[in-house]
Amino acid sequence: MKLVDAYAYLERLRDLIYALLEERDKRKEGGLRVEEATPLVKYGFISMFKGGVIMDVTNEKQAQIAEDAGAVGVMILDKLPYDVRMAGGVARTADANVILSIASSVTIPISAKCRIGHAGEARLLEELGVDLIDESEVLTPVDERSHINKWEFKTPFVNGARSLPEALRRIYEGASMIRTKGEPGTGNVAEAVKHMKLVNRDIATLRGYYLAKDYEAIWVYAKENKVPYELALLTARLGRLPVVNFAAGGIATPADAALMMWLGSDGIFVGSGIFKSQDPEGRARAIVLATAHYDDPETVVEAQRMISEKASMMGIDIRTLKPEQLMQVRGE
Amino acid sequence: MVTVGVLALQGDVLEHLEILRELGASSKLVKRPQDLQGIDGIIIPGGESTTIGELVKASGLLEPLREMIEKGLPTLGTCAGAILLAKRVRDRVVGETSQPLLGVMDIGVLRNAFGRQRESFVAEVELEGIGRMRVAFIRAPIIEEAWGRSRMIGYVDHPQLGKAGAAAVQDNAIAVTFHPEITGERRLHEHLLERIKR
Repeated sequence: MKLVDAYAYLERLRDLIYALLEERDKRKEGGLRVEEATPLVKYGFISMFKGGVIMDVTNEKQAQIAEDAGAVGVMILDKLPYDVRMAGGVARTADANVILSIASSVTIPISAKCRIGHAGEARLLEELGVDLIDESEVLTPVDERSHINKWEFKTPFVNGARSLPEALRRIYEGASMIRTKGEPGTGNVAEAVKHMKLVNRDIATLRGYYLAKDYEAIWVYAKENKVPYELALLTARLGRLPVVNFAAGGIATPADAALMMWLGSDGIFVGSGIFKSQDPEGRARAIVLATAHYDDPETVVEAQRMISEKASMMGIDIRTLKPEQLMQVRGE
Repeated sequence: MVTVGVLALQGDVLEHLEILRELGASSKLVKRPQDLQGIDGIIIPGGESTTIGELVKASGLLEPLREMIEKGLPTLGTCAGAILLAKRVRDRVVGETSQPLLGVMDIGVLRNAFGRQRESFVAEVELEGIGRMRVAFIRAPIIEEAWGRSRMIGYVDHPQLGKAGAAAVQDNAIAVTFHPEITGERRLHEHLLERIKR
């Protein structure tokens, strides 16, 4: 099975669980010659990010640095995750004027974060022309029990996940892309590694059931983990997550990025790691290079030499965080 | 046995590899100059053209790859690939860009011509000598002009933009501004393989 077959399957699944057939017929009568913003167009767009780095930025200048360094996209926030952690209070979506100014100054896709469950912020971001919306645990959640119904949007969504069941629930809600949650703003890649390995192990288990034709085991997995059987089966058949899966949360150096790529990430989100360092320009370039050439140790060394460890963000040991300070537990 | 190189620095490399596998062609990932040895053709995939351009430069591929395409290596560029092949590139919002390009085809490309991602779409296009196909235009560029040895071979009919250049050919190279690989369309890859065998 191919990844694009999974995309076609998910597109049909959308029609099943969320009947937009009527609207589709209406558009046919209207004589439109193009099908805009279908699920396939969303998954396809995300597919273009593969092997790339999306960088957190808070202003036009940082966005320009990211583009020049070869980022595949920028993620616009009001404050970098590290600063969100330090500032406390309520973290909301970014300033609309900042989003518009960045949109008119860079050619690469722009993403922005909205609060978990805050469909109003998501609508605002869609209206502003944001290319990808991150329903993110970095911001203060408004409704952790029910995430946004992402099928209703033209704009693709990315969601964080700590495990395969969490990822599949987000895909079922319409997310076009998944990323590990990690522990944002810490400069510590430990949690991202943990989450990526958990997802990989579950996929390997499901793949094993599939190859052994043990559909009953896949059924039980789906039931026990509160995920739809269809998506558990799709993952088992494909042997990977049926959408693009990036690593996020604590990536601070080229070596961190290369490690996450080795673990099977399709690409990298860097949050505070670049603009909380003392050498953002060189570091941004180095992380892009290490992500593309993760399988070539010589180039990773070359990338690592482009940065100085003395300039890396200090970072936070996760064991020193109190349970209420953890962002990864928000919205499962 | 024919070996097709796929430029694998960034983008939807996997989708192209899967189509080549289905067609029974062997493929090779191209990330470094030494990977160019032994390839009979090359596919430049979709992705972010600024990123791929920077990485082509940083990986030392810019000169050797340009030379091989100019010397007749059969080439297919899709979306970002078409941008990298073009001699002239500008962006709809930002205007002139300073991104690194291979610049081997006499075409002028307008980036993000249809707008942002919410304006991305699936449509049918007719390619001269290849046929009618359903393909994805994702933050797609258009080919504004073709001169010299280059020739336009396909257009897309768009409700807002009207008839826009979507495909061009120049000797051994084809540039398309859309993604055949996302809808599972295989005829452009078949066409590339035929060109290699010729």
